[in-house]
Amino acid sequence: MKVAILRFPGTNCEFDTKYAFEKLGHTTEIVWHEEKTLPEGIDLVVVPGGFSYGDYLRSGSIARFSPVMQAVKIYADQGGKVLGICNGFQILTEAGLLPGALKRNNNLHFISKYQKLCVVNTDNAFLNRCNKGEVLNIPIAHADGNYYIDDAGLKQLEENKQILLRYCDKKGNPVVVNGSVSSIAGICNKTKNVFGLMPHPERALESILGSEDGIKMLKGFES
Amino acid sequence: MKAIVNVFLKEGVLDPQGKAVHHALTSLGFNDVKDVRVGKQIILELTATDKSKAEAEVREMCETLLANTVIEDYTIEIA
Repeated sequence: MKVAILRFPGTNCEFDTKYAFEKLGHTTEIVWHEEKTLPEGIDLVVVPGGFSYGDYLRSGSIARFSPVMQAVKIYADQGGKVLGICNGFQILTEAGLLPGALKRNNNLHFISKYQKLCVVNTDNAFLNRCNKGEVLNIPIAHADGNYYIDDAGLKQLEENKQILLRYCDKKGNPVVVNGSVSSIAGICNKTKNVFGLMPHPERALESILGSEDGIKMLKGFES
Repeated sequence: MKAIVNVFLKEGVLDPQGKAVHHALTSLGFNDVKDVRVGKQIILELTATDKSKAEAEVREMCETLLANTVIEDYTIEIA
């Protein structure tokens, strides 16, 4: 698999993401935000975490206008797979590639810790190696992860099986972590080729460091 | 010409910062506060001379970048 990893001014998870996909045996290319096109022959675009443009105005609001994001839009419209992690998720919602928006955490804190996540839907290109209801342990690190969508939007997400992950306790019961509607931690678009989540699977690859649950998530894109 | 844009979270969208400020005010003894909303103000210095044209343009700026209309409302004042 060939993975394009975007880099904006302020991105800081591009090397972790590169390390993760290379550890899984894939080739990667970091793409600067001023590029107008994506590399040839890619299988996946990752919008990694960080603080693009210093999170000024709103997280992700300025990055979405970068030249490379116009190329990502075209790529996604043609069915190409796109994964946004943390700030990447914020950028994809700001760009309108994913529904809803990410607000400041309810407790106003930057939350950085391991968090249990419940797998909600697996019939997609991302979580197909996980089991429905499975509890994963993945780090989160964000201040603006409070997912908001109106009631009609939430109903659509549920009906189309677009909810990927929910924050939960170790038994899989949903918990309030940052105030997200329906404890949502990750979603996909209606056509299930654009994915976004606040947790960082690329930081959960070695059990000695706390968890290797990120491997089966990222490996999902192989099939 | 100057445009003053105020951006706030929509009614019904919980405003965590407003809640925290409200809580702080209450603990300082300001008990007459019913609700607090925290927003941001963006002041634009414009070259335009036509007021309605300027307002239309600022509205477009709000819809495109200055506000995220999924969660935010905005007001425009041209001065």
